[in-house]
Amino acid sequence: MIKFDEDRSRFPEKNPDGTNIIDLESGRFTHLWQGPVHPGITGNMSLELIVQGDEVMSCKTHVGYLHRGFEKLMERRRFIQCLPICVRICVPEPDFNEYCLCATVEELAGVEVPDAGQWMRTLLLEMARLQGYLMWLGGISGALGMGIIGQWTNYGRDLILDRFEEITGGRVYHMHMMPGGVRSMTPDGFNQRMEENLREISEILKDVHKTMIENTVFRTRTVGTGYIDPLMVNKYGITGPNARAAGILRDVRIEYPYLRYGELDFEPYLGKDSDIFTRTLVRYNDTLTSVDLIRQIMSKMPSKGPFMADMPNMLHFKIPRGETYIRAECSRGEFGYYTVTDGSGYPRRINARGPSYTHGVSLIEKLGINANIADVAALMVSLHIYPPEIER
Amino acid sequence: MKTLLTNLKKRHDITASKLQRNNELFVTVPNNQAVSLVTYLRDHEGFSHLVILSAVDWLEEEVFQLTYLLNNPELKQDIGVRTLVDRNEPVMESIHHLWEHSATYQRELFEMFGISFPTSPRMEEPFILEGWDGPPPYRRDFDTLKYAEETYFPRPGRTTNDVAAYMKEKLYPEDDND
Repeated sequence: MIKFDEDRSRFPEKNPDGTNIIDLESGRFTHLWQGPVHPGITGNMSLELIVQGDEVMSCKTHVGYLHRGFEKLMERRRFIQCLPICVRICVPEPDFNEYCLCATVEELAGVEVPDAGQWMRTLLLEMARLQGYLMWLGGISGALGMGIIGQWTNYGRDLILDRFEEITGGRVYHMHMMPGGVRSMTPDGFNQRMEENLREISEILKDVHKTMIENTVFRTRTVGTGYIDPLMVNKYGITGPNARAAGILRDVRIEYPYLRYGELDFEPYLGKDSDIFTRTLVRYNDTLTSVDLIRQIMSKMPSKGPFMADMPNMLHFKIPRGETYIRAECSRGEFGYYTVTDGSGYPRRINARGPSYTHGVSLIEKLGINANIADVAALMVSLHIYPPEIER
Repeated sequence: MKTLLTNLKKRHDITASKLQRNNELFVTVPNNQAVSLVTYLRDHEGFSHLVILSAVDWLEEEVFQLTYLLNNPELKQDIGVRTLVDRNEPVMESIHHLWEHSATYQRELFEMFGISFPTSPRMEEPFILEGWDGPPPYRRDFDTLKYAEETYFPRPGRTTNDVAAYMKEKLYPEDDND
């Protein structure tokens, strides 16, 4: 049997400031690109790795493959024209963009959304979170060699997309929220069909628990890997499930209840080990919470009533000079829009803050170092990075 | 939030302030006091989470507005520290020593607005616009349409039609009345 030298204290050699000494000329290092196209990430992003043996010595994020300049485009559009643009900032989970933009316009213009409209928005956001988590469960299982689980969860996601199609007419991009409310309430018989889907998704989630979370291979590879120190949470701007896995409650739904979340009964799962396995558990339990929340919303939501406030003609709508920040909890963490208006019909500046901006650049560059090269894909997925929201 | 504002007024020259919501406050400070105010808020007032670092181009007033949006997770409060930077010489002190991810924001602001943060790590490395050699594109005086027309058009085989004339030609070619 081959024995390796277990004393790693002198390997690799370090600079006085603790960084690894990397000399590509020495022939001891390999320069490697992970990405930009690989199944671990929804979108295109690459990690530039320098490895020695199977250990990563340096990790740098490269984005820009998807830059479409949306923030600049929106400065030249009226607020209503921004809606079809803003949803594309985060491709797999676009509803949070709609909500943040609409809530910004409403706050700055002083519009009150009717009760039914608020409930409808809560339902849409929770459905978006559920389908985002189902997609993620497929991602983490795929990154660790269990591709079939991804096919089950993506089937569950498709069921939710069917319900989205039924309400809004679109599967991925919905644009169902408008400044002032929503376009419509749920169609007849929606609750029953949704309940059937939720039952089916719960069955899938039970199978996922048996085959993935209780799987020895999965546990061996993820327990203890990709540890995030709780002290790093504020220093690196970590939010959402990644912070909750470290035992720190960061959930906008609880901390800053928006829409109708204050009237719902739920408690997010808090982990403590802060490794890939705990992050998986947090997201798995959040998926179950999400299923429960959709049931609660459907039982409490009024089926009738006004869902849209009286709004002036949006094409001639002007918003006085001001600025605000609106946040919402998406499946990856805190999602927010910082908007500045200047009194014209156009926004002066809209800056979208996606959680991937901090997780996908500064955090992964730190966590990637000294990771095993086989764990890099799982590490990337476990942080739940969507590159489109880094570059907008 | 009012106590906080009174507190801050004793230490820094707050030139303007606005309470946007009951837990969201925006204050404006002179350029040279912004970083000390942000440091004070982080270390003594519990604003430990940097939510966003953003810039706004006020072209008419010849300034960039920088906004440091901080969040206090204990008291659930937000504060936006605004400061103005001269548009003709946009240089600002870096805050990368306070939050690791602020270096990423500063890298983006240098690339998109041309605001320089000396000492910020890897600031001059391209972030999103690899291979870009034009002016910083998020400035208000950069016209995207004009740039695209000059750089990418006319492509061979691509034509632009007047919408009304084209519809008339395709749909109602015999109809002479407008």
